[in-house]
Amino acid sequence: MDALMQFLLSGVTVGAVYALVALGFTIIYNASDVVNFAQGEFVMLGGMITVFTHMAGLPLPLAALIAVVGAAAVGVALNKLAIEPARGAPVVSLIIITIGASIFIRGVAQIVFDKQLHRFPAFSGDTPIRIMGATILPQSLWVLAGSVAVFAGLWALFTKTLTGRAVLATSNNRLAAQLVGINTNWVMTLSFALSAAIGALAGVLVTPITNVSYDVGIALALKGFAAAMLGGMGNPIGALVGGILLGLIEALTAGYVSSVYKDAAAFVVILIVLFAMPQGLFGRKSTDRV
Amino acid sequence: MKTLTALATLAALGLVTAASAEIRLGATISETGPAAFLGDPEAKTLKMLVEKVNAAGGINGEEIALTLYDDGGDPNKARTFATRLVEDDEVDVIIGGTTTGTTMSIIPVAEDAEIPFISLAGAIEIIDPVREWVFKTPHTDRMACQKIFEDMQARGITKIGMISGTDGFGASMRTQCLDVVGDYGIEVLADESYGPTDADMTPQLTNIKNTAGVEAVLNPGFGQGPSVVTRNFQQLAVGLPLYQSHGVASKGFIDLAGPEAAEGVRLPGTALLIPDLLAADDPQKPVVEAYVAEYQAAYGEAPSTFGGYAHDAFAILMDALARAGSTEPAAIRDAIEATSGLAGTTGVVTMSPEDHLGFDLSAFRMLEINDGDWTLVE
Repeated sequence: MDALMQFLLSGVTVGAVYALVALGFTIIYNASDVVNFAQGEFVMLGGMITVFTHMAGLPLPLAALIAVVGAAAVGVALNKLAIEPARGAPVVSLIIITIGASIFIRGVAQIVFDKQLHRFPAFSGDTPIRIMGATILPQSLWVLAGSVAVFAGLWALFTKTLTGRAVLATSNNRLAAQLVGINTNWVMTLSFALSAAIGALAGVLVTPITNVSYDVGIALALKGFAAAMLGGMGNPIGALVGGILLGLIEALTAGYVSSVYKDAAAFVVILIVLFAMPQGLFGRKSTDRV
Repeated sequence: MKTLTALATLAALGLVTAASAEIRLGATISETGPAAFLGDPEAKTLKMLVEKVNAAGGINGEEIALTLYDDGGDPNKARTFATRLVEDDEVDVIIGGTTTGTTMSIIPVAEDAEIPFISLAGAIEIIDPVREWVFKTPHTDRMACQKIFEDMQARGITKIGMISGTDGFGASMRTQCLDVVGDYGIEVLADESYGPTDADMTPQLTNIKNTAGVEAVLNPGFGQGPSVVTRNFQQLAVGLPLYQSHGVASKGFIDLAGPEAAEGVRLPGTALLIPDLLAADDPQKPVVEAYVAEYQAAYGEAPSTFGGYAHDAFAILMDALARAGSTEPAAIRDAIEATSGLAGTTGVVTMSPEDHLGFDLSAFRMLEINDGDWTLVE
């Protein structure tokens, strides 16, 4: 029983990290149907900028704020310099551009920062919290709380605000959106800034658990992408549930079957789900009117 | 007429190169890519040492010309660069091969061209069986396993759990450890693994903790995995001795894991980590102190064990060149093989035709982390 509880808490710890990264994918996807493969680099930038500004002597909250704003600026630059000039290119080309951007950002990061692993202290210390014979670190709760907060914010954005609806409209039909007076360029810039900021926030929250170095982005983005696909691309609740589910599958496989099959089991479940429900667990069915 | 002039120019150029006596040292190192944190200090060390030797007038009056390529940890690139070093740059000796993968792809090139090659990678396959032209400076992972098991034996530990990374280093060391563990009367009761980028290992550690009879835990791996294992180990209050590998023997590991979680962790390390703790008459003490001071001055950070491997490779080469009295690759090779009692950062090196590594288990120091710093286990 204690073991099961520990596996579940481990799953939640890892799952919350995946969920937070997965949430970052949703906005850009909703605005442009582009899966932004540079999302992992935003997470990395969040962690790295925080580490280096913190080492330079700034207090942690200020360092984190600078990291989030800095990453958002990189997101805007990515849109202005790489995505916007290629406007009109098919979605696949744009996705490949984001892959190129991720390689570029990683390359710059290893020159600007360094190639070592870094970490900063957990926000509320490292004393484990005991729950029914198992333990979880306070930082995991921070990550979980961060995921839920970002989820709530995104949900409110897309359903309650005009801006959110403008984002969805732009995704649906850019020309029609322009015709009803939506500034689609501004919507794209906003969505890149927000996605990057969410990614950086994820980086700030998860670094005390996962450590950070210039090349952590790929692995995080891959798992976050898998979580987003599992839950349904573009849907915040899908990202949240997909991430936690992925974490739980991994932890339970590692605990009860074998740690060797941990990743394989997770991907088998994703394949089965996508086979039965190609839109993911919470994805909306796309219908095209002919 | 034009062709003739061109030929004459070429001939003249060739003469010029041959006349300006210099030793051409080739290197292909993983400065970037997944092994960057190994290759980066290695490349920095080589550049620093070459500059130093040349500033002092070279060796035997000849300057060293370093040609350094970055293979990004990719064995295919390493092979291409090794070929380029041999054919275009016409080097006399090659240092490099940051990972076992890149080393294995450089070996055939060096052997075909009959050029001595000093590898900076860990696996035992590199020098066992002995290859005529191939040497290496780091300890093998088998030696790390033996050192750890020796220490366990001394503490009366007979049943252990293992949790290994699935990356190349972790997988290779796990195999070597399982291979020699029987020699020490130690039994592996639990054998878990984790991915190199995993963020939480509590399920695996819970299983080890719940395995009856486990008296200590060994974690072969490098990169971020061991620091996560160490933190989770404390989180679960496993309360058993924890052994890490030489792969994380750096100050950075203590910072990443946190001094509290790392308290009491033991690992086999090199003299480089503990210049202050070495006995005054230790032959490695002056070497290590000088290297640490120079590296600190040049780059503003403490050198890592991996930089030390490059330092030793260069020291072996300089020692060999001084004795060889020639820059012919064959003469350099013979001189390297005759290296005797040379103190490096990793150990005191004495090579022979049967041993192209040159030191034994005693070169490893068993270290324990106390109050966020290293202490020697006597």
